[in-house]
Amino acid sequence: MTPPTSGMTRRHFLRVSAITGGGLLIAAHLDTSGLVALSDPGPLGSTAELNVFIRIGPDGSVTIQAKNPEIGQGVKTMLPMLIAEELDVNWEQVTVEQASFDPAAFQGQFAGGSNATPQNWLPMRQVGAAGRAMLVAAAARSWGVSAETCRTEAGVVHHDPSDRALPYGDLAGQAASMPAPELDEVPLKDPADFRIIGTTVKGVDNHAIVTGLPQYGIDFTLPGMLYAHFQKCPVFGGRVVDANLDEIRAMPGVRYAFVVEGGEALNGLLDGVAIVAESWWQARTARNALQVTWDEGDTASQSSDGFREASRELFGQPAERELRGDGDVEGALASAAAVVEADYEYPFLAHAPLEPQNCTAHFRNGHLEIWAPTQTPQNGANLVASTLELDPDDITIHLFRVGGGFGRRLSNDYMVEAARIAVEIEEPVKLLWTREDDMRHDFYRPAGFHRMRGGVDSEGRLTSWHNHFVSFGSDGRFASSAGVSPNEFPAGFVPNFRLESSLIPFGIPTGALRAPGSNGLAFVYQCFVDELAETAGADPLQFRLDMLAHEGEDPGQDPVRARRVLERVAEVSGWHDQGLPAGTGKGVAFHFSHRGYFAEVVQVTVSRAGDLRIDRVWAVGDVGSQIINPGFAEHQSQGGVLEGLSQALAQEITIQEGRAVQGNFHNFPLLRIQEAPPVEVHFVTTDHPPTGLGEPPLPPAIPALCNAIHAATGHRIRSLPISKHDLSWG
Amino acid sequence: MPIRFRVNGRETTVDVQPNTPLLWVLRDVLDLKGTKFGCGIAQCGACTVHLNGSPARSCATPVASVEDGEVLTIEGLSPDGTHPLQEAWKELDVPQCGYCQAGQIMSAAALLQENPRPTDADIDAAMAGNLCRCGTYLRIRRAIHQASGTTAADVEDVEEAR
Ligand code: FES
Ligand code: FES
Repeated sequence: MTPPTSGMTRRHFLRVSAITGGGLLIAAHLDTSGLVALSDPGPLGSTAELNVFIRIGPDGSVTIQAKNPEIGQGVKTMLPMLIAEELDVNWEQVTVEQASFDPAAFQGQFAGGSNATPQNWLPMRQVGAAGRAMLVAAAARSWGVSAETCRTEAGVVHHDPSDRALPYGDLAGQAASMPAPELDEVPLKDPADFRIIGTTVKGVDNHAIVTGLPQYGIDFTLPGMLYAHFQKCPVFGGRVVDANLDEIRAMPGVRYAFVVEGGEALNGLLDGVAIVAESWWQARTARNALQVTWDEGDTASQSSDGFREASRELFGQPAERELRGDGDVEGALASAAAVVEADYEYPFLAHAPLEPQNCTAHFRNGHLEIWAPTQTPQNGANLVASTLELDPDDITIHLFRVGGGFGRRLSNDYMVEAARIAVEIEEPVKLLWTREDDMRHDFYRPAGFHRMRGGVDSEGRLTSWHNHFVSFGSDGRFASSAGVSPNEFPAGFVPNFRLESSLIPFGIPTGALRAPGSNGLAFVYQCFVDELAETAGADPLQFRLDMLAHEGEDPGQDPVRARRVLERVAEVSGWHDQGLPAGTGKGVAFHFSHRGYFAEVVQVTVSRAGDLRIDRVWAVGDVGSQIINPGFAEHQSQGGVLEGLSQALAQEITIQEGRAVQGNFHNFPLLRIQEAPPVEVHFVTTDHPPTGLGEPPLPPAIPALCNAIHAATGHRIRSLPISKHDLSWG
Repeated sequence: MPIRFRVNGRETTVDVQPNTPLLWVLRDVLDLKGTKFGCGIAQCGACTVHLNGSPARSCATPVASVEDGEVLTIEGLSPDGTHPLQEAWKELDVPQCGYCQAGQIMSAAALLQENPRPTDADIDAAMAGNLCRCGTYLRIRRAIHQASGTTAADVEDVEEAR
């Protein structure tokens, strides 16, 4: 097989070579449609090393490079499991390395959107299976038997008729000279024979984590490294007019203090003052004395209260745009037996990953080397190159395990800041934000306002649904993560349906937060469905099943799968059991997002005085035919549910005078251990390709909690966070 | 001004501004990176160490105040990562992103020293100062029980429910 040397075709291709000393190197180039060719990697050297997926040593050790950034979603363990399964080795033989960012070697090097599983499920297994086929071929040749009469088990090729066996390590060198099979033709295992996939494999970095070994970006150091702070305007996008730089430069340990001129784009480099010192604490101390005169700009007049007022005004006017209209909503509402109207809203939210934003950078001889926790290294490299007018070839990015992503590290603002500082000083430097920097300069989950109307007929059927969604954006375009799909449930499941939007222009940076879009919409829609069910006199769970009783039209929203998770959660949660004490209630919700289906039931107990306790959560998910790593799948789902509860209970970023009010965990509280209820997770497996778990468990937790509070107390939660509501009853 | 104390059993002298938080001395002067920075205001527990045997938030502990004291960090909890809590953490696959876990383990270790057989309520009280943004609390509770040979209430009834 001749590798194409250019043009990057979409042909599936694998490149294998011998390693000096008898090992086997298998390199493959992946894109989301499968595997494409590497250009000729040339002699094995430092660049070839980056192209490696799998290295089999003469001692039988298997080293697999994990290509996607690990942000806590388990991908650094999960992707190598797929390879190891088809290679047919013992997991104990496998070592996993984090690959650096290398666009020439890996495509789709990205963490976000629960994409890793669907994109890699097939190609990763094909790479492993191809490696296995070559090892078998090598053994068959050396024994003079046909490959079909050989089998593999746990890293050994066996020829049972002659009772011979050779471990992979002994075959690795010869396998390199075997023809590489076509990846899309190589036979894959019957799932019934899986020995690694479907078993609980523990995180490959667990030992390093529990012993405190350095492995995050924040832990990285270079000899002679300096430490930087970067003070931006508290009002988003404000400009520096003047700063007391001379005073700052005279402070202990300070080596540089200078003004950085940024651009207009809120997701790029912004104006600010850089302070670089010999230690982070010295830079921090100097920063306390920093006085900057800012030109705060127009955003300084914006506030959460102002946005709410604007939404009320827009609700009173015809919507700016119709996103979808089915049937005759006004006619159906006019003839409905009962109509429900309600306004819902949710606030801005910060991501607050526990590892604050940081980036180390070193610029010398025209080359910029960057060490960063990022979910999107390619975007970061592009941003740095275009902002600083560097050739992308002069930028190298190294990746780390990331101390929480949640979508925050899809943006690379901290990377471009560190790069800008490094280029200025030409010394190694680590930029590390404070928690306040992080919380006040986030790309927030956008707030949203919904005026809902719905009608049910005399038989309790939902006949009409109208949503006027007031969101953010301008010129008819939604701001980042502030949009809604015209096909979002219940579109297609209600005969008379209208979705309209109006936009508030604003200057607040927004972006994707775990389950973007869904984390706000599921709250509104699944709570409003509950209101409609109550009006219809129906059981809330049955009402949802009835809504899903016919086919939808969006293949991504399969009502059969949605019904199954609802039915299952009814069983496991004892939904139909009677006799909960006064003040205790259960709520249900379901949601489709990121190819996954989750239905959840939350049980709460609320004291008469209004103290809320979440007793228990039951979550049922359908993410396809195979749960790859069951222990981690449970854990990731629990994390998603707890994050949903955390958001709903008390989180809010309030904008005042164009800046974020909350700055740290005392006023942006995360769920604490004593508030965390048991979360029982169950999976329904269906005949669909496996999909991811980073996002889908989160959205239903919020409305299920709010619906439970209603069941317990009679209070409808139509705005978040719940902490702003008085829940007392009786 | 030189400040003397012991870290993980070793005598140490550092020469930094006396108000420098212990956290930054550990991380940036002594190169012990296991102790993490999360909030800087004693809200998250990522920076938890033991100071003279008790859990302390090193981000809010001026280094001058540990003069002559005994500091234990995650790196010193056991010579080879085999403290029962570390074993339980690995066994139950507690970490997600992992960033909070050193602080969690240090708080848990202080709890077990005081109270070798904690109940759920004891655990909640001792661990209330340690945030986990990824939401690994349920396994943290189980791991502490496992390390102490006790059983979590919720595990019992989930098992029963099945
Ligand atoms: S960093 Fe010390 S408690 Fe958060
Ligand atoms: S594991 Fe990520 S913060 Fe705890």
